[in-house]
Amino acid sequence: MTARHRTPKLQLPSRPAVPAAAPSRLRTVWRAVALALLAVALLPAAHGQQLEASGALRVLGFGLPDEIATERVALFEESYPDVDLQLTEGSIDQQQLLTAIASGNPPDVVYLNRADLSTYATRGAVQPLGQCLQDAGMDMGQFREAAVQEVTVDGEVYGVPDFYTVIVLVLNTAALEEAGISVDEFSTSDWEQLAQWNQALTRNEDGLTRIGFDPKLPEFFPLWVRANGGQLLSDDGRTALLDSPEAVEALEFAAGLHEPAGGRAPFMAFRDTWDFFGAGNQMASDQLAAFPIEQWYVNVLSDVSPDAPIAVKAFTDRQGDPLTYATGSAWAIPTGAANPEAACAFVTTMSSPEAWERAGRARAQLRAEAGGTYTGTYTGNSVADEVIFGELVQPSGDAKFDDAVQVILSVQDAAFSIPANPAGAEFRQAWTDAVNRVLNGEQSAQEALDQAQQEAQAALDAAWEE
Amino acid sequence: MGGVGRATSIDAAGRAPRRPAARRRGDGAPRGGGLRRAEARAAWLFIAPWVIGFVVFTAGPMIASLYLSFTEYDVLRPPKPVGLDNYAQLLQDPRLRVSLWNSFFYTALFVPLATLVALCLALLLDRVHRAAGFFRTVFYLPSLTPTVAVGALFLWILNPNVGLINRGLALVGIDGPAWTTDPTWIKPGLVLMSLWSLGGTVVIYYAALRGVPVTLYEAARIEGASAWQEFRHVTLPLISGAIFFTLIVNTIAALQIFDEVYTMYFGQMESGAASNAALFYVIYLFRQAFEFLHMGYASAMAWLLFVLIMLLTAIQLRLSRRWVYYEGR
Repeated sequence: MTARHRTPKLQLPSRPAVPAAAPSRLRTVWRAVALALLAVALLPAAHGQQLEASGALRVLGFGLPDEIATERVALFEESYPDVDLQLTEGSIDQQQLLTAIASGNPPDVVYLNRADLSTYATRGAVQPLGQCLQDAGMDMGQFREAAVQEVTVDGEVYGVPDFYTVIVLVLNTAALEEAGISVDEFSTSDWEQLAQWNQALTRNEDGLTRIGFDPKLPEFFPLWVRANGGQLLSDDGRTALLDSPEAVEALEFAAGLHEPAGGRAPFMAFRDTWDFFGAGNQMASDQLAAFPIEQWYVNVLSDVSPDAPIAVKAFTDRQGDPLTYATGSAWAIPTGAANPEAACAFVTTMSSPEAWERAGRARAQLRAEAGGTYTGTYTGNSVADEVIFGELVQPSGDAKFDDAVQVILSVQDAAFSIPANPAGAEFRQAWTDAVNRVLNGEQSAQEALDQAQQEAQAALDAAWEE
Repeated sequence: MGGVGRATSIDAAGRAPRRPAARRRGDGAPRGGGLRRAEARAAWLFIAPWVIGFVVFTAGPMIASLYLSFTEYDVLRPPKPVGLDNYAQLLQDPRLRVSLWNSFFYTALFVPLATLVALCLALLLDRVHRAAGFFRTVFYLPSLTPTVAVGALFLWILNPNVGLINRGLALVGIDGPAWTTDPTWIKPGLVLMSLWSLGGTVVIYYAALRGVPVTLYEAARIEGASAWQEFRHVTLPLISGAIFFTLIVNTIAALQIFDEVYTMYFGQMESGAASNAALFYVIYLFRQAFEFLHMGYASAMAWLLFVLIMLLTAIQLRLSRRWVYYEGR
């Protein structure tokens, strides 16, 4: 990469990125030293090597909606001026990608959902990146473990993680206060207690006007299963575990959380009326008391309803340990890419700590100019996160959002992901449909998950066999 | 419409126009093979754009999909022949049965209702004399709304709590159903949505109504026919060709509904309630092809739908002999 890549300046984080509940001063100092050492150890590998790259480079699935994208692209273009970068903007279109590959004219780089990557990897449609990463000197150790798991198939890395979305609990503190429930005590560990709180927080006297707790089914079903000590798929991605007792119990419990609202239909009908991204969102309008949600939603709340009475906490498993479910995107190089050298340079530059730092600085500056606060970017790259949250993110002065940032950071490494497997979409569909059948009252949790187990295992067997 | 089409083809290509040519040949008129060849070339030249379009964009893909239906093909790797496996799997796939049932249920509900509503609107239009053009435009305009926009719009209109339909029902004391979240009401809700785009059918009926000779109405009135008798024995028979045409076209369109439903229930925000209730055949076909990468199986599904539509159309054609009146015969 550029000279800038090769001679990185060491930046000590201004504050610990992952604070303990009550760290002593000594522990804080030790932590800072440890982080600095980690950063020193990882920086040469993280920053990588300048590669030889030129010619046209076609990228599919990545747009330039904001400075996080444009600044990283600008860094690439400055680093590789001989490369003619051609972005096909907009999110990934599977039909577009499939037809491009089928016609023997694949893009050089594709930007896609990490959960979908293994479907392409196992079919040989994207290249393993071992050589590329080695040439670029990029150490996968700098990326979060859950993200790396999603892009690794049979021990081979097929994608470079980009962004890292985790789930946290967002609470409506006014609703909790009204019901006499302490925000500090509220957690998802004790399911019996959670069901009682849900009942107490739901307002359904003359029609449903507030949901107590939204379990976010079917999409967060994997989180509930994990919280109950189970998992949906074996670590090697070959065996479905959908009908395990842990999964059945988790589904029965989480589906039961709709009952105080009158069942799934009125629950969804009410939820569909929320102004989710507006100033009158469900937290600001007191239409919801608590729910697990992806961390980016905290940024939405800080933008559109900064005065909404919210608190952010970690989702916890039944043992009381923080737990989250990580998702995100990945860069991959299709098999048959016309310019694999430039593609390698691009994918390793875009997810490098320098690229993230530059993007973070630009966003922090823009937010400051607009009178706002930069709440950080969750990159999936722990070295980049150290810089962003150690240096660029400054306290906003609004304790609830500053605390939220710390909570989100604290759960980064408590994340799990669905293991890579070649039947990603079908596997997802099997458990999603099972959850929906239970929510719609068509089947019991056991029946639905038994059926889903058969469907998912058949899909996995067929896909691995191919 | 079908009647009009058949009458026209008989007029254009029937015996009457051929006779003069035959006479000319019999007369030994100087009409050489060169001229006929030149005419044929010109004819082919004129229809070439359509023929090329048909071969490249319709017949070609159809033949390709027929071949793919006998293979296992994930688009990413070459197809592998599997014989009749995909067709055998069609018989065992429970989701396919659900999607077929959904599509036929929706079609059975939508097509008669659409015919009835469109006919009523056309009759109203036929009665309007002042600002008739304005009202024709108003009835047709919704048909121009992009289908994705219609889907997004009707998610709100059908919303059980704040939607226009349930608010309207509430005004007359009816507690409206959960159109978008109750699996029982999702398909009726979609039928309501589809009525939004009836403009094309209305215009066809309106044109047919305008074509009914006034003299027939005058004769009926002289004979003392009531308004209903006029409609039943004069109007309906004379527009039956148009009704038959729209029945066939709307049946085919209803069996292939996709855009609006995919937008509403299967796009970015997949709705749990609709996962089965709104899983229409073409949506399931699309998912098999482009989400699950079972292009071979999806091709077999496409051919099954094609055969079912052909059968249904053949039945409709057969039944039409009993009730469709063709002026040209």
